[in-house]
Parts: sequence; C-alpha cells; structure tokens
Amino acid sequence: MLTQTRSSFNFHGRSFLAFVLTPSAPLHEWLLELDDRAAQTSDFFASRPLIVDLSKIELTKLELNSFLLQLQTRNFRLISVEGVDPSWLAPALEPLPGGKNTPYPSQESSRAEHAEKATEIQSLTLATPLRSGQSIYFPNGDVSISGSVASGAEIVCGGSVHVYGSLRGRAIAGSANNTTARIFCRKFEAELIVIGGFLKSSDSFDPDLYGKPVQAWLEENTIMLKIME
Amino acid sequence: MSEKKNAKIVVVTSGKGGVGKTTSTAALGAALAQEGQSVAVVDFDIGLRNLDLMMGAERRVIFDLINVIQGNANLSQALIKDKRLENLYLLPASQTRDKNALTEKGVLQVMEQLRSRFDWVICDSPAGIERGAVLAMKHADIAVIIANPEISSVRDSDRIIGLLDSKTERAKKGQEVEKHLLITRYDTVRAGTGEMLAIDDVSEVLSIPLLGIIPESREVLSASNLGVPVPISNPASLPAKAYVEAARRLCGEDIEVTLPVSKKKLFANWFGGRAA
Ligand SMILES: Nc1ncnc2c1ncn2[C@@H]1O[C@H](COP(=O)(O)OP(=O)(O)O)[C@@H](O)[C@H]1O
Ligand SMILES: [Mg+2]
Repeated sequence: MLTQTRSSFNFHGRSFLAFVLTPSAPLHEWLLELDDRAAQTSDFFASRPLIVDLSKIELTKLELNSFLLQLQTRNFRLISVEGVDPSWLAPALEPLPGGKNTPYPSQESSRAEHAEKATEIQSLTLATPLRSGQSIYFPNGDVSISGSVASGAEIVCGGSVHVYGSLRGRAIAGSANNTTARIFCRKFEAELIVIGGFLKSSDSFDPDLYGKPVQAWLEENTIMLKIME
Repeated sequence: MSEKKNAKIVVVTSGKGGVGKTTSTAALGAALAQEGQSVAVVDFDIGLRNLDLMMGAERRVIFDLINVIQGNANLSQALIKDKRLENLYLLPASQTRDKNALTEKGVLQVMEQLRSRFDWVICDSPAGIERGAVLAMKHADIAVIIANPEISSVRDSDRIIGLLDSKTERAKKGQEVEKHLLITRYDTVRAGTGEMLAIDDVSEVLSIPLLGIIPESREVLSASNLGVPVPISNPASLPAKAYVEAARRLCGEDIEVTLPVSKKKLFANWFGGRAA
C-alpha cells in the first residue's frame, strides 16, 4: 500500500506509527497527488498521525499558512511540521522533541516563553475507553485512561501510560527514546508493549501476569514486568 | 401517519457479518409495532438485501431506497406495508445497484422524511466498516450493537463503537449516540461447556449497557424461512420473548436482563437430577 511510484512522495515510518510526508514543489500538484492517494487508501491518512517535513522546499510564512490550511481542510491529524522556522508555527505543531533530523537549530527563546512552557499541560486524560482501531498519539507526556484499551487499539506517548481498566491492545510509552517511561495497568492483557523503543510482544509475556495489575519498565534495554501489589 | 412525528433513528450494526443484524432489525421492528409504535425498517445492505425476505415482502418490492434517493419514486411509493402489522413498514434496499448509488445527501433527505412520519426508524446496516455501514449509522440517535459471544465478533463490535463515536452526525455535533449491546445466538449448551465467551466478559469488554440476550434457536431460523419475524411467528418462544423485552427496554422500560433459558428445561434438569 505504501510502495511509492514517485520519489516526490515519501513516507518513512517514524516514532513507530507517525508518518512523515515530504512535500515537493509545486505544492498544489503535490496536494492533488496526496488527495489521489488518500482516496485510494481511504482512512489511512485520517487515522495516522502525520509529520510534514518541509525542509526540501522554500516557503514564505504566507505560503506555509495556506499550505497548512489546505492540510487542515483534509482532516489529517497533523502533529508536527519540520524544516521551517519554528516561530512561524502554532505551539502544537512545533517539531517533536527527540526528532532526529530537525534542520532548524532551536531558537533562542525568551524567558517569558520558558515560563509559558513550564505551565503547559504535559499529560492527557481520557474518560472514555479506547476502542479497537482507535489510536492516541501524544508525544508530549503521559496518557491516563480511566477505561480500557481494546484489542486492536493503541496508545503512543512520549511519557508513561496509565490504564485504569484493562490493557488489551498496544501501549507504546517513551516514544521519543524516553527510557524512564513506564506502563501501568489495572488488568494486563496486552498485545504488545514498547518502552523507549524496546519491544515485548504477547508471546513472550509470563502467563501469570495475565489479567493482573502490572507495571512495566526498562532495565538495561530489557522490558521488566511485575505484578503490582 | 398524518400528524408530524419525530422518530428515533436506530442503527442495528456489528462490523461482522452473519451475527444477526437483519434478523434483529426485523424482530425489533415487529416487536415495537406490536407495542403500538409506528415503525419503518430500512435495509441499507445495497446489493445483498435480506430484510425483505425476513419480512416476507420480497415479492412486493417495486421501488427501493436507491429509487427514492435518485428521485425515481417518492417515499410513499417505496414503503411496503406489513401484511400483519398495520403500523410496520419496510423500505427495501436495491439488489441490482451498487452501493455508490447511496449518496450522503440522498440518505439525509430520506432519513428526514422518515423521521417526520414514524415513531421509530430502524436501519439494518451492512457488515464491514466501509461507506455503507457508515452511511447506515450516520443519522442514528441510538445504536443497537449486535455481538455473538465470540472473540472476533466482540472485537468487530468494539471497532464499530469507535466509528459511532467519530463518524455519526451526533458525534460531529459533540453529542453521543445512545448505545446498547444485544447479544445474539447465545447457545445455552455451549455456554455450559465454556466454548463461548461469558456474557459478563462481553459486556465488560464493550462496556455499554446490555439490551438483551437472544438465544440460538431453531425458531429464529424457521421464522426467517417463513418470512415472518419471530415475535409474530411464535410469540411464546424464547427468542420472541427476548426480542420483545429488548424492544421494551429500548422504549425506556426497566426490565431486568435474564439468561434465555426455558423453565421447562430447568425443571427437567432438576427432576432429572433428583431421580438419578
Ligand atoms: N438467534 C438465532 N438463532 C439461530 N439462528 C440465527 C439467530 N440469529 C440469526 N440467525 C441466523 O444467522 C444467519 C445470519 O443472520 P442475519 O440476521 O442475516 O445476520 P447479519 O444480518 O448480521 O448478516 C441467518 O441464517 C439467521 O437465520
Ligand atoms: Mg444482514
């Protein structure tokens, strides 16, 4: 599905599940091609978090804004834009921390901006269960969910994952190589867990853990699991 | 049907095929009509229509949903009145057209007309999570999610609940579609041997309120072969009672959900046990 016929249209898997788009000039033609592709793969773009890498093209701020607007009207889950002056972007779209090839050196930010950053909320709380086929992508911090994560659902986050129901799907914690992230759940029935890029799948889980309250963490590049008392 | 109504639109949906959506659409429609409500059952399974068969109306189909959408017939011409219940109507699907004939605008117009003419509009969804299934749920106020007590059916239902929370008009307005779980094809014998998922496990995974449990029953098969929904064909049967109770719960009645086990059978076991 992702084999590309034209080199102008590149995806690379990044952070496990986000996809990077690398638009090429002229942008209006590239957008037409994107629409074509989106029509063929129906829900693919709508369901995946996208990163747009604009380092290959020159844009004015005005052009950038109109391009982002174009993407917005297509209902994509744009999570980050890279390769442009970060000061042109809304805070939510700034390059992801830990992204490997952000071409812009981080800007000198004023004290005021720093203060603002510190009070920014770094967690996401969900009061509804995560259903099969749904995914949450939250690179900025922890995700807590009061219900269950269904088989076939996934949480990807930069911090720790807290599931107060059953974890039956996938939990990917510490997505930006954060090796101190942990996964906690009240009932462990997961299909896959990943911490800081290290993976453990259900065939290697100790059957005694099944259905128990479990926490998972990383120790010397190995995922450790234990029942919480 | 003269005064203007404001129907509740219900979608009967599941993701997976063959779990009992069409059977349940017909049975719930009949049960609601028996309660004196005016009901339209609408077949959204374009190209694989079945609801007409289960309602015994297949030889009376002249116009269908697509004809109405394309303006070749008006709604009154396409609605087929049930032979047994005078306030029950069927809007059949087209068997020959492809599902692209179902347009978003057309569906909206038909739903609005139906809403103003009935108390209940029950939409029988096609299987899958594609366009047809999404259009069937689009205008729903209430969803009846059909699941069989087995793992693949439960996961598909979970997927459908996610779509109900994102693709419906209600979801787009920030409102919720009222969701109910109807477990069908529940086999008491297999339940005893642990071959099926337990009801509690299914409810726990899906975490939506339970509307009812319909037993696996020969009555249902023979009802669909006769083309008569089971609450009409055999009102005293277990599946008929379970469907009637489910319909009453949909109307807001507070009736406890029980396992569909016949009293006779229970007694038989009891005496059997004593004699041994
Ligand atoms: N409770 C039941 N007991 C026995 N057979 C059933 C029951 N419910 C459905 N069936 C049978 O299962 C088959 C599929 O049902 P149907 O309603 O067409 O499913 P769907 O519309 O979800 O594809 C039909 O042959 C139907 O008669
Ligand atoms: Mg069907």
